[in-house]
Amino acid sequence: MSSPSTDPTAAAASSQVLTFVIGEATYGIDIPCVQEIRGWSPVTRLPQAPADVLGVLNLRGAIVPVLDLRLKFGSATVQYSPITVIIVVSVMSAKGPRDFGMVVDGVSDVIDIAPQDVRPAPDLGATASSACIRGLIPIAGHMVILLDIDLLIGKDFSAALPDDATRAA
Amino acid sequence: MTIDLTQFHGAFFDESFEALDLMESTLLSFTVGSPDRESVNAIFRVAHSIKGGGATFGFGEIASFTHSLETLLEELRSERMAVTQPICDLLLKSVDVMRAMLDAARTKQPHDAQSVTDLQLDIERLILKHKAGAPGSAAATLAPSASGAAPASVEWLISLRPDPEFFERGTDPARIFRELGRFGSLVVTAQLDALPSYRAMDPKRCYLSWSLSLLSNAPETAIREVFEWLNADCELTLTAISSPPAPDGTQTAAAPAPAAAPDATAPAPAIEPVQINAPPDAGSIRVGVEKVDELINTVGELVITHAMLSQISLGVTGPAADGLRSGMQQLERNMRQLQESVMRVRMLPISTVFSRFPRMVRDLAQRLNKQVELKITGETTELDKTVLEKIGDPLLHLVRNSLDHGIESAAGRAAAGKSFVGTIHMKASHHGGSIVIEVGDDGSGLDAERIVAKARAAGLVGAADKLSEEQIQELIFNPGFTTAEVATDVSGRGVGMDVVRSNVIELGGKIEVHSERGRGARFLITLPLTLAIVDGLSVAVGDQTYILPMTSTIESLRLTPSQVTTIADGREVFGFRNEYLPVVRLYKFFGLIPRARALHEGLVVVVEGAGRRVGLFVDDLLGQQQVVIKSLETHYGRVAGISAATILGDGSVALILDVADLIRSAAHREAA
Repeated sequence: MSSPSTDPTAAAASSQVLTFVIGEATYGIDIPCVQEIRGWSPVTRLPQAPADVLGVLNLRGAIVPVLDLRLKFGSATVQYSPITVIIVVSVMSAKGPRDFGMVVDGVSDVIDIAPQDVRPAPDLGATASSACIRGLIPIAGHMVILLDIDLLIGKDFSAALPDDATRAA
Repeated sequence: MTIDLTQFHGAFFDESFEALDLMESTLLSFTVGSPDRESVNAIFRVAHSIKGGGATFGFGEIASFTHSLETLLEELRSERMAVTQPICDLLLKSVDVMRAMLDAARTKQPHDAQSVTDLQLDIERLILKHKAGAPGSAAATLAPSASGAAPASVEWLISLRPDPEFFERGTDPARIFRELGRFGSLVVTAQLDALPSYRAMDPKRCYLSWSLSLLSNAPETAIREVFEWLNADCELTLTAISSPPAPDGTQTAAAPAPAAAPDATAPAPAIEPVQINAPPDAGSIRVGVEKVDELINTVGELVITHAMLSQISLGVTGPAADGLRSGMQQLERNMRQLQESVMRVRMLPISTVFSRFPRMVRDLAQRLNKQVELKITGETTELDKTVLEKIGDPLLHLVRNSLDHGIESAAGRAAAGKSFVGTIHMKASHHGGSIVIEVGDDGSGLDAERIVAKARAAGLVGAADKLSEEQIQELIFNPGFTTAEVATDVSGRGVGMDVVRSNVIELGGKIEVHSERGRGARFLITLPLTLAIVDGLSVAVGDQTYILPMTSTIESLRLTPSQVTTIADGREVFGFRNEYLPVVRLYKFFGLIPRARALHEGLVVVVEGAGRRVGLFVDDLLGQQQVVIKSLETHYGRVAGISAATILGDGSVALILDVADLIRSAAHREAA
């Protein structure tokens, strides 16, 4: 596979994706929105938050909400151990950049993808979690599910609260 | 070389707006008929300076308008024209128009050019009428006198001896002489006797002095004014000789030696640097708000780091422990001082907000045909800049309300045996760690019956409900509530009071009303001195720590089972200082598992908010500390009962309770 630096036309089109693992599945998100990757630390619970919003964390002085993607994507049981990972991402909202953390089982490689290789997600019925899937891409034999971060979090956490009850079984 | 002048626009606008504020407050304080001379001068200088700036930066319309204004003001300050009420009104209107023009120029938006032209025309007409009417007015204007000037022409012999450092202050004699030349015919002679040899000469020093002969009918004050800003840099003598002498052949209009004079590349209209009265705190500098905010942020981080170190130091044992602990105490003292100093940097006197009210009250009272006097006290009380910016609108609404609904008409007041002139007072003062702002009037006070009737009609209150004084007054803060029969464009649309309150609450404060039927009403707004840091009481509920703002906390107590009564639908109340307060079980509200469920096994903290008091049931009190407020809404959103978050000494996040919201939400849930 030609690396982006030697092939200008491909460089313009390809994008870098951080892959991570939740349960058996591998997901990917665009690198530019990833702020940092850190280990697990206890969060402060938020009242009246949906089940997958664990609470808030002190991220170098800023109060950042943490979402457990494993709960969102239907893991039955979750554990929080020293090797649990939080990926901190930043999305652009109407009010400015908003950061939040996503708890995942583990982080994998950073891969280059070409937009033409992305396949559309099959119609699994509209659930809150499938709404944020922007496509699938085969990498080295298995499927990476590409997520759209902006759709994942909704325009506003508070707006996401009422109907985030549905989850893929 | 062209300089990009747009970089100076910001300063020009800022200074001009400030100057206009000064002009307005000066006008409002005028005693019509015999205004204080210095005040008229001050206003003249405002117009003059804005004209100069306007011309320099290419704002032709502003320059032209202020030129007309300046001409009028010149007549006023030389006392050829009397300051009458209509002229005062005209000048006040000019302030508005200039503000609009400056605003339009700054935001590059269009403005109402028609109103500018109209007003300018009025001013010009006034001037012409005055000139036409005034008998044989001596043409003592600043217009350059043509040959054949009025007979009373005086020759002035002026001797100018500058200090050697004269040029270092940026003064350019050539400009001064040009200015002087506008008064009449001027002959300038340079005295060269102090000039050293070329090798010995320092080009930055001034070795010259000048004798000038000016033939002019301008008044002495005008001539002296040209030298006004030379101050102590030179020796200046002015002698008047009545009869014009014959021109002396030996005089030469010499230019100063080229090496010494900085060439003035002044833009076409000569800009005279006229001084506006220095702001009262001369010796101040302008600082960008972001710089101050950054400073405050850093101090906030310092508070957190200190808390963290404090905690760690508590656990240290061994020989270094004592030294460490006393060091930490010293650090805490230093930090508190730093904190206070930094907070003060952002603090400004409330007079900047109060100052727009005299004008507004005057205009509105005129419109409503009422006689109202506005009394302001405590205007030097300082508060945080952000609070200052946001408190203006609520105060505006309260004052409008007073004017519209509070103060009775002249007839109404006479009937009530009151003086014709109603009084509205605005007071600001510090109380403990808060600032208290009061807006009150001696009008008719709140009409409790009408309020209750309206509330009943709106379904807010049951027909049979008995309400306490407090609760009745609390009703006016309901959204959409108004007892005004018809919404005037001043107030009475019912969107006011609840917005006032939510604005005040957003600033971390509270608002109360005290009213006496027939005597008047007072609104008291209490605000924290700073938005960034709050004195908090930390409480434990289950495994979570919450922070209660001290300003909302009254007392904490442990209840015995006998003190608690359960009424009707499972609600618990307890006796506290002559009243019964409901218990709010925080663990229930936040969906947590508590350590203690029985009331007597935990603690009850009595808090106050939304005009009510409740007892919050918690597991434990953990201590009192200052916490830095961190926004929850930047990355998350609003949570009921929570105002913000903070970072504790151990780095974890604790939520800060919004007591008023908590009380309201809890009541709401109970009712549901």
